[in-house]
Amino acid sequence: MTIHEFLAPPAVSCQRSGPNDQIVMSSRVRLARNLRKLPFPSWAKKPDRLRVLETILPAVESLPQLDPHFASAMDDLTPLDRQILVERHLISREHAAKSAGSGLVVNQEESICVMINEEDHLRMQALRPGLQIKACWQAIDALDSALETKLDYAFSPELGYLTACPTNLGTGIRVSAMLHLPGLVLAEEITRIINAANKLNFAVRGLYGEGTEALGNVFQVSNQMTLGESETQIIERISKALNQIIEEEENARTTLLEKKPKSVFNHIGRAYGILANAHTISSKETMNLLSLLRLGIDLGMFKGLERSVTEEIFLLTQPAHLQQQHTEKLGAEERDILRADMVRDRLRSVQRPQAPK
Amino acid sequence: MLCNVCKLNEAKVHLTKIVGDKMQKVDLCEDCSKEKGVDDPTTYSSEDTFLGQILAGEPAAPEPSSTEPTVKCPTCGYSQADFKKAGRFGCSDCYATFGEGLEGMLKTMHKGVRHTGKSPAAFQQTRAEAQKLKLLQKRLDKAIAEENFEEAAQLRDEIKRTK
Repeated sequence: MTIHEFLAPPAVSCQRSGPNDQIVMSSRVRLARNLRKLPFPSWAKKPDRLRVLETILPAVESLPQLDPHFASAMDDLTPLDRQILVERHLISREHAAKSAGSGLVVNQEESICVMINEEDHLRMQALRPGLQIKACWQAIDALDSALETKLDYAFSPELGYLTACPTNLGTGIRVSAMLHLPGLVLAEEITRIINAANKLNFAVRGLYGEGTEALGNVFQVSNQMTLGESETQIIERISKALNQIIEEEENARTTLLEKKPKSVFNHIGRAYGILANAHTISSKETMNLLSLLRLGIDLGMFKGLERSVTEEIFLLTQPAHLQQQHTEKLGAEERDILRADMVRDRLRSVQRPQAPK
Repeated sequence: MLCNVCKLNEAKVHLTKIVGDKMQKVDLCEDCSKEKGVDDPTTYSSEDTFLGQILAGEPAAPEPSSTEPTVKCPTCGYSQADFKKAGRFGCSDCYATFGEGLEGMLKTMHKGVRHTGKSPAAFQQTRAEAQKLKLLQKRLDKAIAEENFEEAAQLRDEIKRTK
């Protein structure tokens, strides 16, 4: 079975919903773990990497909480499959580039994904739609506790879980949420928010994590410190910050509608106009315009259009997902045309936006 | 402030170099700074060696590290130079091998330098057992000191059982 036969199609996966999902697209908690006495992946020679994979993969696959799951060595996946996994936020771009000795296990719900031999021997993450950080932590904590009885973790009572990079040392935890913040971007308040988050030692990044652009007004907020605080303290601190950002986004939207309603409707109306009528469109422009469409839905400007549809189009118009729907190899120009065709078709029955009364 | 080199003119050029946690400062007058070739701020990065020479009053000594044997991790063969280049360690034992100076780096990265979060259950158990043994040993010492031999015998047996 291939990975796209296994995973639910975007039309189904985008239906998954959670608390605060108007602004919080998804929550994630990741733990980094390593095995004692074995070189970390980037320093290990191929035989050692393969040994680690052969040790960890069966241990992970034996866990009942992962059923049903898909497991594979990275070199058994086609480049297209790997890119699909990146677009679904299941693996990092770094992991997609890995070859022999790296692997992955993902469950069908896409709520747990384990990367083997990424930067650390083991990177396990729990994902949930909307703001559900505590639920993510509980799920991954349980998975980690089950794995520690089967694997010989590198752990020091003073320094905690030992990781390849000292920035992950201690708890090895990375808590993050993906936020849709068009209000703060339109109100030109986003820089202030990013600076405030940075001051609290949280990182704010783009759609695909480290070193990526904030396409479609999507921002990823995560903790940076992993040592000297417990997992629960880190989760409470970031939850507080996230709730503040949600409130700021809501306020920015209210203020924009009070002070510059025409400017907001103009952005949304034009976004609809282009998406519904374009004959060629890049993935970047699509993402940015879909963000405005989504804002329009949140403001009640589109009758009969669900937020999940914008999310589905968002995913289906990403390069690898688009390629996957066609058998022949597509060039960038052909992709832009097919993307525009698909978006036009999907928006055919959607009525023009109306300014809310 | 007078120039450090000629000790005659007012110093106009001030150089600071930080090596590890030590700060070195040099103040020069315009003439001396020109003579040493450090008057142009655009070439500031090439000034490192000059500063060393000025401070030492003699040509910079050859790198002492070239004669010292490089420390390598006994488990994975990683060296300090590898860490400087990659910013990552070679294996979990590297934390013990290169433990010196680690705390300073961790302080800049994290809230604290001690782990206060989750531990594997096996560790928690050994830690709890160690604590219990310590407590029993204390009570045993006290019982012996008080010549309470009956209690001491009981405690000795309990320690045996726990071990």
